[in-house]
Amino acid sequence: MPQELNYLKQTASQTAGPYVHIGLAPGAAGFDIYRQELGWDIAGPNAKGERIRIEGLVIDATGSPIKDVLLEAWQANADGIYAHPEHPGEVEEGFRGWGRVITNFETGEWGFDTIKPGPVTDLNGKVSAPHISLWIVARGINIGLQTRIYFEDEAAANAADPVINTIEWEKRRATLIAKKTERDGKTVYRFDVKLQGEDETVFFDI
Amino acid sequence: MKPGPYYQWDRRLHPPAKTPDYKTSVSRSPQYSLISLETSINEMTGPRFGHNDIDPLDNDLLGNYAKPGESPIGERIILHGRVLDENAKPIPNTLVEIWQANAGGRYRHKKDTYLAPIDPNFGGCGRTLTDENGYYYFRTVKPGAYPWRNWVNDWRPAHIHMSIFGSAFAQRLITQCYFEGDPLIPRCPIVQTIPDPDAIEQLTAKLDYNGTIPLDTIAYKFDIVLRGRRSTLFENRLEGN
Ligand SMILES: [Fe+3]
Repeated sequence: MPQELNYLKQTASQTAGPYVHIGLAPGAAGFDIYRQELGWDIAGPNAKGERIRIEGLVIDATGSPIKDVLLEAWQANADGIYAHPEHPGEVEEGFRGWGRVITNFETGEWGFDTIKPGPVTDLNGKVSAPHISLWIVARGINIGLQTRIYFEDEAAANAADPVINTIEWEKRRATLIAKKTERDGKTVYRFDVKLQGEDETVFFDI
Repeated sequence: MKPGPYYQWDRRLHPPAKTPDYKTSVSRSPQYSLISLETSINEMTGPRFGHNDIDPLDNDLLGNYAKPGESPIGERIILHGRVLDENAKPIPNTLVEIWQANAGGRYRHKKDTYLAPIDPNFGGCGRTLTDENGYYYFRTVKPGAYPWRNWVNDWRPAHIHMSIFGSAFAQRLITQCYFEGDPLIPRCPIVQTIPDPDAIEQLTAKLDYNGTIPLDTIAYKFDIVLRGRRSTLFENRLEGN
C-alpha cells in the first residue's frame, strides 16, 4: 500500500474540570507538594520594558464571573522576541514569556504581572501590534479557548494589526482591547472575557 | 525543507463547545464561530521547560506525597507512552502534567466534598518531561470512579487528567485518560462530548501486560498525539507557483 497516508489522529481534548488546580496550581487546591509551581513569573527579574499588571474576570452567558478558571499567557519580550529557538533573536536571562494564573475562588478575579510586549515581526515580515495570547480552560469548556489581549494605548498599531483586521465585525474587535488604568502609579490593564452573549469575546482557531 | 505551519485542529474529533448533555458547557460556550488565523510566529512558538523546573520524583505519585515507609491505597499502576505528532514524530522534552482522584474517587481539593476519604499518602498530581524519544511514564494508583452533579445520577469513569504543551502554543492540550473496559465510559456525558467513537477509543489506555512489573505494578499504555506540521517545500507566492 505505497499510497497509504500514515497520519496519526489527534488526541481529543477534554475539559480541565473543576479540580484543574490540583495538577497545575496545587497550592490553590490546598496542599504543598512541588519544590516550585510553574508559571507564576512570566517575565523574570531581568526583563526590560514597562512593568504592567493585567486583571480581569471570565464571565459566563448569565453575566456571572466564573470562579474555577485557569488562564495561560504567552508573549514576546519588550523587543518583540519570543523565548523560543524558532524566533531569531535573544531574550533576557530568565525571560520565559509564559505564565499561568487562576481565578480567586470567591470573586472570580484573576491578574498577573508582566512586562508590556513589543510589536512582533513575523517570519514573513508582517508586524503585529503588541499583544499577549491567552488560553482559557475550565469546567464546562471542552477545548481550550484562545484569544489575544491588545492594549488600548496602542491605537495606531492596533489599527494596522493583521489579526485584528481579520475580524469582519469591527464592533467585535473592541473585545480584544485591554483598558488602561492606573493604581499607585502602576499601569493596570483591565481585560474581561465574555464567553457568550452580548459583547462575546473573539476567540481564535489558531 | 523547513518546518512550517501546523496542521489545523481536527474539529470533527474534538468536542464542540456546546454539548447540552454536559450541562456546564451550555453557559460557558461561545456562540459565535472561532475566527481562523494563519499560523503566525506567536503560535509556532511556546514555552519550554527543563530539568531545573521539576524534580525527578515528581512523576512518582506512589511516593511524592507519601509518608516515609508508607504508600497510597489502591491498585498500583504505571501509566506510560509517548507524545507524538500526527506525522508520528516524537515530541521530546515536553512537559506532561497529570492530576487525579485517589483510589476511592476523592480529590485532594478544598472544593471536593465527596464521601470517600482523603488518602493521607496520596497527593494526586505529577509531572515529567518526555525524553529524547518522546517517552514519558508515571507511577500512581488507579483512580476510583466518582459521582458528580450533572443529571441526578452521573458517575465519571476512572480517569487521569493530563496537560501537555508540545513544542508550540498551537499544540497546547488538556485531556483525560480512561481505562480499557470501564463500563462507565459509554454512559459519561463528558466522554460523550467527543463526536468520533475512534477518538474516544484513542483516549482509553490499554492494559500493557508486557510492561507490567511482576508482583509490583500493572502497566497501562497511553500515547498522546498532538497536531503535526507541514514542511515548507516552496514559499507561497501570491502569483502562484
Ligand atoms: Fe476528574
